[in-house]
Amino acid sequence: MIGMRRRKQAVAERGRSPDRTEGPGLKVEDLTLYFRSTAGVVQAVEGVSFELVRGRSLTIIGESGCGKTSLARAILRLLPKNVHTYRGRVFLNGVDVMKFGDERFRKDVRWTRMSMVSQAAMNALTPVVKVGYQVAEPLMLDHVGKKEAYRKAREVFNLVGVPEAFMDRYAFELSGGMRQRAILAMALITDPDIVILDEPTSALDVLTQANIMNTLKKIKQDLGLSFMLITHDIATSSELADEGICMYAGQLVEHSDGQRFYREPLHPYSQKLMASVPTLHIEKKPEFIPGQPPSLINPPTGCRFAARCHRRFERCDEEPPLFEHGEETVKCWLYETG
Amino acid sequence: MDNSKILSLNGVRTYFELKRWGFMHAGYVRAVDGVSFDLARGEAVTIVGESGSGKTTLLRTILGLAKITDGEMIFGGRNLDYNNSRDLTWLRWQVGFVQQDPYGATAPFMSVHRILSEPLIVNKVPKIEREQRIREALDEVRLIPVDDFLHKYPHMLSGGQQQRLVVARALLLRPMLIVADEPVSMLDASVRVEVLELMGKIQETHNLGVIYITHDLSSVRYFSQRAFVMYAAKLVEKADVNEIVNNPQHPYTQVLLNAIPDPEPENVGKFKEIPSGEPPSLIKPPPGCRFHPRCTRKIDGLCDTEEPPEFEPRPNHFVECWLYKDGDRAA
Ligand SMILES: Nc1ncnc2c1ncn2[C@@H]1O[C@H](COP(=O)(O)OP(=O)(O)OP(=O)(O)O)[C@@H](O)[C@H]1O
Ligand SMILES: Nc1ncnc2c1ncn2[C@@H]1O[C@H](COP(=O)(O)OP(=O)(O)OP(=O)(O)O)[C@@H](O)[C@H]1O
Ligand code: SF4
Ligand SMILES: [Mg+2]
Ligand SMILES: [Mg+2]
Repeated sequence: MIGMRRRKQAVAERGRSPDRTEGPGLKVEDLTLYFRSTAGVVQAVEGVSFELVRGRSLTIIGESGCGKTSLARAILRLLPKNVHTYRGRVFLNGVDVMKFGDERFRKDVRWTRMSMVSQAAMNALTPVVKVGYQVAEPLMLDHVGKKEAYRKAREVFNLVGVPEAFMDRYAFELSGGMRQRAILAMALITDPDIVILDEPTSALDVLTQANIMNTLKKIKQDLGLSFMLITHDIATSSELADEGICMYAGQLVEHSDGQRFYREPLHPYSQKLMASVPTLHIEKKPEFIPGQPPSLINPPTGCRFAARCHRRFERCDEEPPLFEHGEETVKCWLYETG
Repeated sequence: MDNSKILSLNGVRTYFELKRWGFMHAGYVRAVDGVSFDLARGEAVTIVGESGSGKTTLLRTILGLAKITDGEMIFGGRNLDYNNSRDLTWLRWQVGFVQQDPYGATAPFMSVHRILSEPLIVNKVPKIEREQRIREALDEVRLIPVDDFLHKYPHMLSGGQQQRLVVARALLLRPMLIVADEPVSMLDASVRVEVLELMGKIQETHNLGVIYITHDLSSVRYFSQRAFVMYAAKLVEKADVNEIVNNPQHPYTQVLLNAIPDPEPENVGKFKEIPSGEPPSLIKPPPGCRFHPRCTRKIDGLCDTEEPPEFEPRPNHFVECWLYKDGDRAA
């Protein structure tokens, strides 16, 4: 493991350029991703900016279709064919990797530094190849010898809590939880700094889910890597998130520390969303948010949440920028400074 | 209206026969294995359990879509004969069904009007009355103004609206009972509550019985009076919802509730004690209590050999667990 980290460190040094920012971690600036569709241009991700310090974990929440998966794809440059616009900057440990050509990005960034467990990936394991091979494969593509790749695969199997004996099995012989762990092993084998998890447990049982969250916490502690957890399940997100991003209609509306995010979110939308989360142990009746998010083809000018907002005022007809509020950032006129 | 029972299940078992090479008997999947409960008119209950515990099969049994292997089911005062097709047809129209996936529940090529007309046509409801009932149902689920929705197709509706359409369809034939299989699990948190509140209101207005099945107790706890916990084809615990949440008795219920987080920033640093292992096979379930291989409190020589009967350690709180064999509450 340590050896690999050094190897990648070297890659990062080589990639050193005038575009460096300060500390290690991820910094996203004005990231935008639009898709072409028959009905028009879908503004799936619009001007998203945030920073994540190495070793911290982040959750991205928001209603279905608000652009969570698209944001992850934009960061990892996993783009479909119908991209209309793709711009912004992505700094990884200070290096602007948006400047990298596709080949270099694939070799030095995707999987090696940042990997992803896709939504519904569990069902994407090939049924005809043994699980051990599938997990080791990304390393072999990375020119690591077969023997070394298998040694490393055994290591990550242990890390994610899959018995080594399962390496010789096929995906269909594994339970859902074990399959999800194997997928996680695949995302970890290259020893990345950042692992994006897109709805990793939503298809699983409560107990299996809780077990996997335990494993993720342990990995986070032991390896000091950053997880970016994309999920609908806000209660579960709190198990892993040191900080949270709330998205609405393609835009980042709030980025806060966990304490604030779950206790006293700033943005009116985050407040409503948190209030809609049912709680089991705390007696509190959840409330729903009337109305629906706007279309991303013709989003409203001004604040995109205005039509559903309980605190709207005149200013809101204009689009709010991202305001800083202490350590937090929030896209809402209520926090206008100066 | 009276509060009498509308549904009673007594020792209901639903087994699926496994065949080898298409004809040789190779055992049974005991998907529902000895389930008993009563449901009163106007009462909502939640059945919570893990994937594969038999929840959907239990609902299908209640709907007459899966055949009872053993036991009896009394619905609306009628002891149902599963070999009598008239009984089954009658039953199916008396029970409204809301299924899990709103996106797949309605035919995409049919308009809202058509989707709602179908069950009425099948039941030979006269045309004038049909229109009236469709409007009533749409109004009831708040798909209003009704005229705006009648000619829409499912893909033009949001997930929450589609699920409300499914609820409208379940209501059309004025059932006594609605059964809902994970009715909100595919929806966003922000609309879940809306759909559940709507169902709650309809339940009250019409004094309907409702059975929710779910793996997420948090969402439905405010919308049901009682909760049943299902594990490996059995209802291992039955009580008032708040009683289940605040005083869980069965070791399985206890770990299940412990595993469900509330959105709290403190969760980050805490590891949970969760039993390893997975629910047992329903083809060869373990002897004794089905939870014993994962249970930290099992009594050796008893839990692993004899099936626990139902005990009532607290009033109206039923538990299938040997810890309560002496009647009182175990520590
Ligand atoms: N390849 C694509 N082409 C056109 N539109 C797309 C494409 N991928 C996503 N979209 C649209 O972009 C918007 C954002 O989608 P995205 O999948 O990022 O949302 P999400 O927040 O991940 O939702 P969910 O929680 O349902 O997974 C949606 O309106 C979606 O329909
Ligand atoms: N028609 C069938 N033939 C054979 N086995 C079946 C059939 N239907 C269900 N089963 C089996 O019965 C068991 C219980 O399944 P069921 O679908 O009732 O569980 P569930 O609790 O609804 O699970 P989930 O939460 O995943 O929906 C499973 O082992 C399933 O494979
Ligand atoms: S900018 Fe205005 S409308 Fe938008 S969230 Fe803030 S207060 Fe509400
Ligand atoms: Mg997504
Ligand atoms: Mg089911």
